[in-house]
Amino acid sequence: MPVQYYIFLSIALFCIGVMGVLMRRNAIIIFMCIELMLNAVNLLLVAFSKMWVDAGRIDADAAQLFVFFVMVVAAAEVSVGLAIIVMMYRNTHSVDINILSRLKN
Amino acid sequence: MGTMSTELMIFILLSAIAIASALGVILSKNPVNSVLNMIICFVAIAGHYIMLNAQFLFVVHLIVYTGAIMVLFLFVLMMMNLNADIEPQKRNWLKYAGAISGGALLLVLVGALREASLPAVQAGSATDIGLIANLGKTLFTSYVVPFELSSVLFLSAMVGAVVIGKK
Amino acid sequence: MIHLVWLVPFLPLLGFLINGLGRKYLPKSLTGVVGSGSVLAAFVISLLIFFEVRQPGFTPQVVTLFDFINVGSLHIPFAFQVDQLSALFLLIITGVGSLIHIYSTSYMHEESNEGFARYFAYLNLFVFSMLILVLGANYVMMFIGWEGVGLCSYLLIGFWFRNINFNKAANKAFIMNRIGDLGFLLGIFLMIQQFGSVTFSEVFEKVPALGEGSIILFAIAMLLFVGAMGKSAQVPLYTWLPDAMAGPTPVSALIHAATMVTAGIYMVARSNVLYSLAPYIQAIIAIVGVVTALLAASIALKQNDIKKVLAYSTVSQLGYMFLALGTGAYTAAVFHVMTHAFFKALLFLGSGSVIHAMGGEQDIRKMGGLKKWMPVTNITFLIGCLAIAGIPGLSGFFSKDEILANAFGYNKVIYALALIGALMTAFYMFRLYYITFSGKFRGTHEQEHHLHESPAAITLPLIILAVLSVIGGYVGLPEVFGAPHLLHEYLSPVLVSEHPHHLDHTLEWGLMGLSTVLVIVMIFIARGKFSRYEDTGAENTGIAKVLENKWYVDELYDAIIVKPLLVLSRFFRDGIERSGIDALVNGVGRGVKWGGGRIRLLQNGQVGFYIFAMVIGMIVLFVISLFL
Repeated sequence: MPVQYYIFLSIALFCIGVMGVLMRRNAIIIFMCIELMLNAVNLLLVAFSKMWVDAGRIDADAAQLFVFFVMVVAAAEVSVGLAIIVMMYRNTHSVDINILSRLKN
Repeated sequence: MGTMSTELMIFILLSAIAIASALGVILSKNPVNSVLNMIICFVAIAGHYIMLNAQFLFVVHLIVYTGAIMVLFLFVLMMMNLNADIEPQKRNWLKYAGAISGGALLLVLVGALREASLPAVQAGSATDIGLIANLGKTLFTSYVVPFELSSVLFLSAMVGAVVIGKK
Repeated sequence: MIHLVWLVPFLPLLGFLINGLGRKYLPKSLTGVVGSGSVLAAFVISLLIFFEVRQPGFTPQVVTLFDFINVGSLHIPFAFQVDQLSALFLLIITGVGSLIHIYSTSYMHEESNEGFARYFAYLNLFVFSMLILVLGANYVMMFIGWEGVGLCSYLLIGFWFRNINFNKAANKAFIMNRIGDLGFLLGIFLMIQQFGSVTFSEVFEKVPALGEGSIILFAIAMLLFVGAMGKSAQVPLYTWLPDAMAGPTPVSALIHAATMVTAGIYMVARSNVLYSLAPYIQAIIAIVGVVTALLAASIALKQNDIKKVLAYSTVSQLGYMFLALGTGAYTAAVFHVMTHAFFKALLFLGSGSVIHAMGGEQDIRKMGGLKKWMPVTNITFLIGCLAIAGIPGLSGFFSKDEILANAFGYNKVIYALALIGALMTAFYMFRLYYITFSGKFRGTHEQEHHLHESPAAITLPLIILAVLSVIGGYVGLPEVFGAPHLLHEYLSPVLVSEHPHHLDHTLEWGLMGLSTVLVIVMIFIARGKFSRYEDTGAENTGIAKVLENKWYVDELYDAIIVKPLLVLSRFFRDGIERSGIDALVNGVGRGVKWGGGRIRLLQNGQVGFYIFAMVIGMIVLFVISLFL
């Protein structure tokens, strides 16, 4: 099975994430779309790992560890990000990201 | 394509689920539906991990993403009690512009990588590379410094979350 | 004593600092004491140095204070050179200078406290600069003093700076001097390039190696002479000096008659080794000198401002000094500098006394008969006139006779012209004297009421200078008298390349008699014409009008130099500067501002828009890197 299949799948998921970020104003949805993009990349990393293992390389497990680290970072990001969103909601009673345009003044 | 291998059929099935649920995430009006769609999408991706001999990641993915992060999202949503009509709709042209530019990105990337010649993935061939023993050995030998640094990252994220939440 | 020579310029500098910094707090009496005392003390030290220098067998000494400029192979020390020439100039500067300082304490007494102190500060600074000029052991030091005196001259001409015309006169003097200074500076550069040194002794050592008539030597000598022309008011750079009379009268006496304007003479005399090897330049100097002497004397014939007459007379006398330098008679030039310092300072101070008594009036047509009220001024002024006219027995006779004798030996035509100039000198000086001091008083009744002899602080310097004007000539008796020429013997170690023209004794007696008889005739003509002068108010016509308007030289300069320069400047200001460079710079600024105003709107604060822009950018980058 060509690895392109996985590449195209990842691209599709990634672009859906990008569209979501562009189209929605709900901060939580945008946040989830970012997670979706991260996962698209993770999937691709795993696919490449598998590809190189099949091609005979022995150090391909590094790619899976990379996925692991991405998950770690994502988890940290989510914890802080959700805290910020909760803060924002508490102050403005909204999760509309355009509310944040008030920062410009 | 007359005879499809089992692996290919599973791949297509999982991919269809993943893409459909991803679209569901960005299209559904109710944020709770979005979260649920997201969980389905993550489960489909986890299925891919199994197919790619990444057993450890499969487990971690299920536990961390589907279990912890998405539940956290759901929890926050429930707490805020958001529903569809709270979110004001974007101006339409910006929405279309977003969709079009996302689609353009898709086209560009697909167009660029279509011709790439890469080794094939032999789906179904079993390797033990994704087993926890192998990954653990690499993690604690070659990647021990990033690992320790990530613990510092976690600590600071925790402190940050607490400080922000306390205000 | 020689090693204390630094005190000579230092004391006036100290006086300048005290008066300059304390001008708001010091009373007039203290200012006057500091100002005059510092110069007087410098005079005493100069006198001691002079006695040491005139011992037989004295060799020039260089006192190095510190290294001034040290670049690569060029070393310029801050050093003073004490030799016969500089010691003599020290005496003239500090001697005449201190008399004029004392005179000024009375003359300037009506100034405000601050103005009085400012005046003395400038005067002290001037004396300091002039001393640096003559004491410097190299051309750069001389240049420092050279610029310093130019600055002080500017400051003092424009001393009453509320008068716009005085400021213009100050500007004119400064700019004209700058033209000359540029020549001097270029000369110094050329010297550095050629000899790698500007120290007198080293330069003079290396000059003969260039050989007589070398182009480089020609250029250096010419450039230095351009500097001298500016500072010493020679044709064509002389027009600033008459205008410089805008300053207070003692300033005219000190700066524009006795000392600063002789800086050019000093420089050429100092560089006599250089000039003796450049005979073409010497010829140019002689011609410039005699032309200046004649031109200025002719203008002086028809001037009615008492100070203007004296100013043109100064220009004319400076012309004689350059004539002497050009004929190679350096001693005669220095001799004339000395005697001229005495009698011209005397005449200027006398005119100051007159102006003081007349309440600021300077027009001689409104004076007359002043000898009745001002006996001391009258006598001393008469002595000054006799001295400058060249009556035998007075100082001017000896120095001028020496110059004329050398001119005769050099070239008969130049001698004839110089003699005509001397006769004109006698005529205009006695015209001035008779119009001012004899006849009837022609001023207003109120002025007549105020007429008085000036106080002692003014008359005392007049008397001292009158005595000097009489006896000053006996240091340089002509050869025919059989007595030794003291000045010549004194200066001979410095003016090594002097080549005076010795005349036959009978011829010399003849020339002396000729000029004396002619001068006396001129004086009697002047007496007959002006001793009962009445101001008819009639317009001058013909040549007299031309002379009254100074040969229209100012107008000529204005038309051929100043006006085109102004037009060009205006073109550059409006055409190039404002609508060219400024427009470009402002246009860039305006364009950026306009563009910024437009682009600013992109920062609309909408996060969605930012992300959108980011994605677009990403796509563009992908397209560029993947497909192009």
